[in-house]
This record gives sequence, structure tokens and C-alpha cells, in this order.
Amino acid sequence: MISIVVPIKQVPDMERVKFDKEKGTVDRSSAPGEINPFDLNALEAAVQIKEKLGATVTTVSMGPPQAEAALRDALSRGADRGILLVDRAFAGADTWATSYTLASAIQRLGQTDLIVCGEKTVDGDTGQVGPEIAEWLDIPHVAYVSEIKNVGEKMVVVCDMEGDRYLMESRFPLLITVTKDINSPRLPSFSDKLKARKAEIEKCTAEELSAVADASRFGLKGSPTRLNKVIVPSEEGRKGEIFRGNPEETALRLADALKEGGLSENVK
Amino acid sequence: MKDHKGVMIYAEQRGGKVHPVSYELLGKGREIADKLNVELSSVLLGSQMAEEAQELIYYGADTVFLYDHADFREFDLINYKRNIVRLVEEVRPEILLLGATHLGRSLGPRIAVALSTGLTADCIGLDIDEQDNLVQIRPAFSGNILAYIRTSTRPQMATIRYKVMQKRERDPGRRGEVVRKDVELGDPLLALVGKESSSGVNIAEADVIVSGGRGLKKPEDFKILEGLAEVLGGVIGSSRPLVDDGWIGKEHQVGFSGNTVKPKLYVACGVSGSPQHLAGMRASDIIVAVNSDPSAPIFRIADYGVVGDLYEVVPKLTDELRRRQSG
Repeated sequence: MISIVVPIKQVPDMERVKFDKEKGTVDRSSAPGEINPFDLNALEAAVQIKEKLGATVTTVSMGPPQAEAALRDALSRGADRGILLVDRAFAGADTWATSYTLASAIQRLGQTDLIVCGEKTVDGDTGQVGPEIAEWLDIPHVAYVSEIKNVGEKMVVVCDMEGDRYLMESRFPLLITVTKDINSPRLPSFSDKLKARKAEIEKCTAEELSAVADASRFGLKGSPTRLNKVIVPSEEGRKGEIFRGNPEETALRLADALKEGGLSENVK
Repeated sequence: MKDHKGVMIYAEQRGGKVHPVSYELLGKGREIADKLNVELSSVLLGSQMAEEAQELIYYGADTVFLYDHADFREFDLINYKRNIVRLVEEVRPEILLLGATHLGRSLGPRIAVALSTGLTADCIGLDIDEQDNLVQIRPAFSGNILAYIRTSTRPQMATIRYKVMQKRERDPGRRGEVVRKDVELGDPLLALVGKESSSGVNIAEADVIVSGGRGLKKPEDFKILEGLAEVLGGVIGSSRPLVDDGWIGKEHQVGFSGNTVKPKLYVACGVSGSPQHLAGMRASDIIVAVNSDPSAPIFRIADYGVVGDLYEVVPKLTDELRRRQSG
């Protein structure tokens, strides 16, 4: 049976999260947490392999205690096991330290054949953690996978690169990062949600992980990059001229505005 | 850290074609190298690319390290990494930049971990501070915030978004050195077994984009936008829901999970402006919005907005522009 790991992250709901322009901070309490939408595609891909070929799907997340909710959500969507890496020592990690911590946790699980990650997260938006985990574990990876063609002795996937489609073949173990095109994530049923509510979420602390890892590489302390400043850019600089009225008139005024900006000609 | 010196950029190519972001990196890299008074080098991995290596010099590189091998015509992630890591350990640059393309964002993280150094993704700005550290500026939270990041390890690595930095004027009189390096190949863990090139529109390159959103009532109505796009010399874009519903191909999708675009003119027709959509087009030079809902978020980032029915406004605008062009 194939053993699959899906690293997931809890992120704020981007439709609702508020930003403080003055302080340059993200008010994470302004929006409820949810599984990073791209990770849902990763989880769905893993669960589909499980349904077809038989597999165990383990989700791992590094985050605060409330990230347990995301792991429960993952269980209700078909994961078999949820592990939360939770410790103050993990906080403030950049992608380097995050990928190291997740890779260490995956190593601690023992034999893993396939790791499926989302393409990126909607908050950090780096897309780096997946390929970095692969490098820590010294296994190949294929990023931007939009289709899984075959899972057998080898795995054959389609990798999207700026519109070109590459067919890639790899032995296991392998890590892939998947795009939104790969599938449409399922919605959990009510009974699955109930079951997940009662399931156990395993916890792992920095000390426990230190058995296989170098604790000096965890969290903010282990992070080679530092956030020095955040600004919430305002859209000033845009003219923000709004035309209202009958369609003829507004179309004329818009045509004038485009002409003024030298944009009304077909440049080709 | 003082033993690291110089700026290095990764010149990306696929199938023998150098990605234009590489020249932009050389432009910014030259500026930084001059500020630091150090050398700018470039690393190019490909097959039979001596001419392209020379071009990199014309665009600003002092030295080009060329890894020429038949197996390198298309990307070989693991072996690209192996050779770049070896080169960086030998040359010891203080800064290493890659394009934030699909390839750069897949390759960069592996190099960073292998070199035990930090990597900042998808930067739109770079600066040098008083201590000669690289300040890396990048959007996060779907473009809602800008983060300023510094790296304590060397080399300081970043991927840089395409179409943000300026390339220099090509100077065929510029002198530099192309250094051919021995290629080291390991076990091919990954095999490339097929490739289909895209034939359709490349929206990321377009100067003018006319985009449709949920305000469109049926797929055929993209014709209305095509009329305007034709007059303006532009291409058609779309918000995600219409792509999901199969009204138009994915190659037209603008937004966080589609294409990031930066045209001179972006005309959003019936696009409300979800955070995901805005993340993909907010860097456009001029944004025009046509929407019947005056509270649509798209108006907040528009230079010009028309509150009205796109079915009335867009054809009239198209006719008016056409009339003026022929007149």
C-alpha cells in the first residue's frame, strides 16, 4: 500500500481578512481559519489515489493549537491521520525553517512514498515549501502538476510551465505540488464531519521532533530570512475617476480618457 | 560573510529559448553590482547556447558560466541544481537571483536548501541598505501587503517577478567572458517523457487585456469584448468563475490561480474584483472598469470606472474608438 503525506496549512479566509494600514499588520482574528485552498486540491489528489489503489493518507500541519481544526477538516475529507506540529519553538518560521520542520516530521513517520503539496498558500504565496521539503529529504519533485496520468511502478504526471505541458516520469519516493486544475475538491458529508470531530489529532512538540532533527533550525531562530517591515499599500496613485450617466456619454468620456493616455490606438 | 562577493543571476532557458526575465535580472543585477562595486555573473545551462551566452554579456553580465550539454536542452531539475550549487560554492556570490517563473520557483527552493541559505519568493523590488545587505520587497496575502525582507545567510537568494525589472539596452560592444564549465550529471531521478507546447494566447505578455467576469450572461458574449480587444490591439482575459464553467480556456484566466499580468491597459468588464482576481492584475499600468454595481471592489483600484451595463457601454466604446481611428 502506498503511503502518502499531505502537508497542509491553516490560513485566514482571504475574502474576509482585514489589514491594518497604520500598523502594517494582518489581523488574523478578523477572519476564521480554513485549510489553504490549494492544499484541498493536494488532499483530493491523495484521496483519489487512495480510493483507486489503496493508500494511507497522513496530513501534517505546523501551526498554533487552533490549526487542529484544519486537520479535522482534512480527516472529514478522506485523510486517515492528522499530525499537528505545535510548539512555540516553531513560531515565526520562514519557508526554510518550515520546510525543515515538516521534512523532519515526515522523516519521523518512516517510509513515505509520495508527498502531495498545494502549489502555494494564499497568505505566504511563496510556493517554496514543497520543493524545499523535497530537497531536505533528497527526493525528486515535480511542481505545478495539473494532471496525474498514472500511478504504478512509476508515477507519470503533467507539469504545467507557462502554458507548456511536460510529461514527467519518476520513481518513488516523490514529491509533487499540484495546481487548482488537477481536480475539484470534494465537500465532506455530515457523517464524515461528525466522525472527524471525534477522531484523535496527534500532537508533536519541538522536543519530540528533536529526536530526528536539529532544533536550532526550528522557528524564527532557525530562519535565514527576516521580515523587517510590512506595508499595506493603498491604491492611491490611481486616478479613480468614475463616470456615471447614460451609456453614450460615459463611453465618450472613457474614449477621451483613453486617448489622453495614448491608449486608444491599436498599437499593433 | 565577507568572503562572499559578487552578484550572480540564473539565466533561464527552456527548449533553447532564453526567458526574457533573464535580461531583466541582468538589468537589475548590473545596477546592484555597480552599487556594491562587484562583478555580475550569470549561469546558463542548456544545449548549444554559445550565442545566447554572448547575448547575456551584451545585456550586462561580466562573466557567463556556460553548462553546455545535450541533456540540458529541457530542464533537468536535479542536475541543474547539482551544477548550480557546485558553481555557487566555487564562485561564492553574495547575491543569487532567479526569475519567479514556474521553473525558477521550482528550482530556487532546492538550491537554497542545498546551500543552507534563505530564499525570498516573487520579489517586485530589490534594494541595498547601508550595510550592503539586500532588501527584498515582495507582495503577500494575495497582494494586500508588501513585505520587506533581509537574509542573514549568504548568498542572499530571491526569485524576481517577470516584467517588473528593466532590462538594459543591448550593447554589442560590451566585453565579458564566457567560461565553459564541466557538466556533472547524476542519476536521472526524473525523466521528461513528453512535451506539448502551448499554441494559444500568452496573456502574461500582452500590452492590452480586455477581461470578462460574471457580468457576462453567456459564453458567446465574449464576442462583445473581442470587438473592443480588436480595436485596442489586445487579448481576452477572464476571471476564474467563467474558466471554471468552461466558457473560456484556462490560458485566459487572470488572477491568483491563473496568470499574473501587467499590461499597459487592463479593461475589466463585468468583473467585480475578488481579492484573487485583483492579485493577478493590480500591477497593470492603467485599469479601466465597467460594472453595473457601483460598490464592486474593482472600482477601488480603477483609474477610470464606468458605472453602467457592459452590454451597452462596451459596444459604444468600441464604435467610438473605431470611428476615431478611421477618422
